[in-house]
Amino acid sequence: MTSIAFLALFAISIIGYVWNITAVNAIRKGGNRLHSLGYFHGMYAFLVSFIPVFVVILLWLLLQGPVIEWIVAGGLPAGEYDGLGTGEQQLVMAEIKSIARGTIFGEPEEWKIAAAERLTRLYTLSSRAMLIAVVALGLGLMFLSRSKVSAEFRARHGVEHIVSGLMIFCATTAVFVTIGIVASLLFETLKFFDKVSVSEFLFGTNWEPQIPLREDQVAAEGAFGWLPVILGTLVITAVALFIAVPVGLMSAIYLNEFAPCRLRAVVKPALEILAGVPTVVYGFFAVLTVAPAIRAFGAQIGIDVAPNTALAAGGVMGIMLIPFISSFTDDALSAVPRTLSDGALGLGATRAEMVTTVLFPAAIPGIVGGVLLAVSRAIGETMIVVMAAGLIAKMTLNPLDSVTTVTVQIVTLLIGDTSFDNPKTLAAFALGMMLFIVTLIINIFAIRIVRKYREAYD
Amino acid sequence: MYDTSISEKTVTQNSIKFSARNVQVHYGDTHAIKDVSVDIEDKTVTAFIGPSGCGKSTFLRCLNRMNDTIDICRVEGDIRLDGQDIYDKRVDPVQLRAKVGMVFQKPNPFPKSIYDNVAYGPKIHGLARNKADLDEIVERALRRGAIWDEVKDRLNEPGTGLSGGQQQRLCIARAVATEPEVLLMDEPCSALDPIATSQVEELMDELRKNYSLVIVTHSMQQAARVSQKTAFFHLGNLVEFGETGQIFTNPQDERTESYITGRIG
Ligand SMILES: Nc1ncnc2c1ncn2[C@@H]1O[C@H](COP(=O)(O)OP(=O)(O)OP(=O)(O)O)[C@@H](O)[C@H]1O
Ligand SMILES: [Mg+2]
Repeated sequence: MTSIAFLALFAISIIGYVWNITAVNAIRKGGNRLHSLGYFHGMYAFLVSFIPVFVVILLWLLLQGPVIEWIVAGGLPAGEYDGLGTGEQQLVMAEIKSIARGTIFGEPEEWKIAAAERLTRLYTLSSRAMLIAVVALGLGLMFLSRSKVSAEFRARHGVEHIVSGLMIFCATTAVFVTIGIVASLLFETLKFFDKVSVSEFLFGTNWEPQIPLREDQVAAEGAFGWLPVILGTLVITAVALFIAVPVGLMSAIYLNEFAPCRLRAVVKPALEILAGVPTVVYGFFAVLTVAPAIRAFGAQIGIDVAPNTALAAGGVMGIMLIPFISSFTDDALSAVPRTLSDGALGLGATRAEMVTTVLFPAAIPGIVGGVLLAVSRAIGETMIVVMAAGLIAKMTLNPLDSVTTVTVQIVTLLIGDTSFDNPKTLAAFALGMMLFIVTLIINIFAIRIVRKYREAYD
Repeated sequence: MYDTSISEKTVTQNSIKFSARNVQVHYGDTHAIKDVSVDIEDKTVTAFIGPSGCGKSTFLRCLNRMNDTIDICRVEGDIRLDGQDIYDKRVDPVQLRAKVGMVFQKPNPFPKSIYDNVAYGPKIHGLARNKADLDEIVERALRRGAIWDEVKDRLNEPGTGLSGGQQQRLCIARAVATEPEVLLMDEPCSALDPIATSQVEELMDELRKNYSLVIVTHSMQQAARVSQKTAFFHLGNLVEFGETGQIFTNPQDERTESYITGRIG
């Protein structure tokens, strides 16, 4: 039934399109000048009938389930349903639905079978009603748009309005979905803060989330201070940027300004391939190659190095970020008009002077934006650190020590089946929330810096 | 040949700054400059005229090796500045460009303050000993560029915020500030009103006392007013080169004549 409704909608909209165009052609044959081209009249008819009816179908499909269930529940014999708790009500409803689908377990009560029949009947009724509504509304709108066709009718403006409305809708969807995600995260986070105080979480320097193995073991509750965890993230991020920013910038500047054409043609695609390597592969590289190498080197010069150092994880993450930063920088540099660098060279500047005094400052907004996005990525990166960083949270700034990160903790907290109401699991959401806030702040900074420089530079 | 006789005649008047012989320029497969030989004198304004796309800018850019920055561009032939081959391996294009300044066809102020735009050249060449010195250089250059009065209260605002004509004069000021021996100006007055144009022309006249100037212009009147020598380019060829008065009153080539009288171009 639903697919028939969609087909009917398509048919009606297309007929409306053709009909309006025919009408317009007739007017034009009559010798009148039209405000809008025939195409716009046709598009107007199409959009005016398609969009509202499409929305109606979607809403109908979304709402018919709950409404029908509500009607069925209302018709159940008194005392069998209304007295129950939510969980048990859901159970009864599920049973009725499965009976309606034809899968019957055991001997259901008589009233349940009756309710199932009612449910089936209502569904059939609903889908027929929907088809009728779709056709009626569609035809109505089609006639409405046909009645508007005239030489003066501003169909182009109408179409432009509708299309811009659609674009506004698309543009805001992402925003609203994000808000929804944050809201659900927030909900769990608040539950966490019911059990652990905000100040303990924010300022505590001890992170030992314990797993209560049995119900009565709650006494062994852990410590939930996030500082050592975020510190670990920051140490690894710092190591990563320490490698990625200089190398990325230098390689972009070299490729953009100094490299001979042929080298550029080879190296640039190579960098782009590097950007496509899955992070899990970088993780292998960190665990199997870099970490042992660092350890062996440390042993040679007599320093004791942990097996899973921040240096190994951060270093490999830095390698992962090099193509990211260099491609951002490259874009920013290429966007600077040729005439500017020519101007500097024409005044007798050397290439290096030109790059540092003209090209680079003009490209700064793009570069800073790219670097800050790289920071966000480093903070949120999960796979490499899950594989290569440690699990124990330590308050340390030493990159040769083993540290853990926010993302690693989230993963370990959520692994295995623990119920969703103890602080251990909820802590994962709190960490996720903090991660979101930190990256949000960084991104806001990025945008502000970019905007500030852009104002100063053109 | 006509043009060689002209250059022989003029040797006696002023020393020769640039001498170009059999210059060919290719952009990939496009042959943009075809076998051009010309002598550009010191203390003279030389005007390049010709229809759009005939290679005026290209030839101008050969004179300070700006064509080096274009990958597909190939320059052949012999161009000497004060007798020294500028395409010689030992010549540093950076030093050459400090001596041979250029004002580009499109205004290209740096995204810096007006002051920093003009101070750019003097700074990288170390022409100013201190801040006061630099201030003086900047003011002098902006005055010569006929833009001082308009910008003297907003020296710290970005040069890119100026109008098109103001940007053009800013670029002239910027080029003058480095005190080049030769100044190449590619349509320096294309966006200027008559008053600013006449101020820039005065500047050219003044600069001519010490320097050699080469200008590209689409205005016959301007060429006639400010230049002593005129070169007419057509389809990559140097068709005619000689005294400006001679070119405009008594052109030897019929292409020159029809261009000047407005029949081609
Ligand atoms: N960067 C370039 N790449 C390829 N071809 C070029 C380039 N610059 C110029 N040309 C070609 O060289 C020829 C001469 O160009 P040029 O810019 O010297 O003309 P022009 O005389 O300065 O014209 P105008 O008066 O319009 O400025 C043109 O045919 C042009 O297409
Ligand atoms: Mg030109």
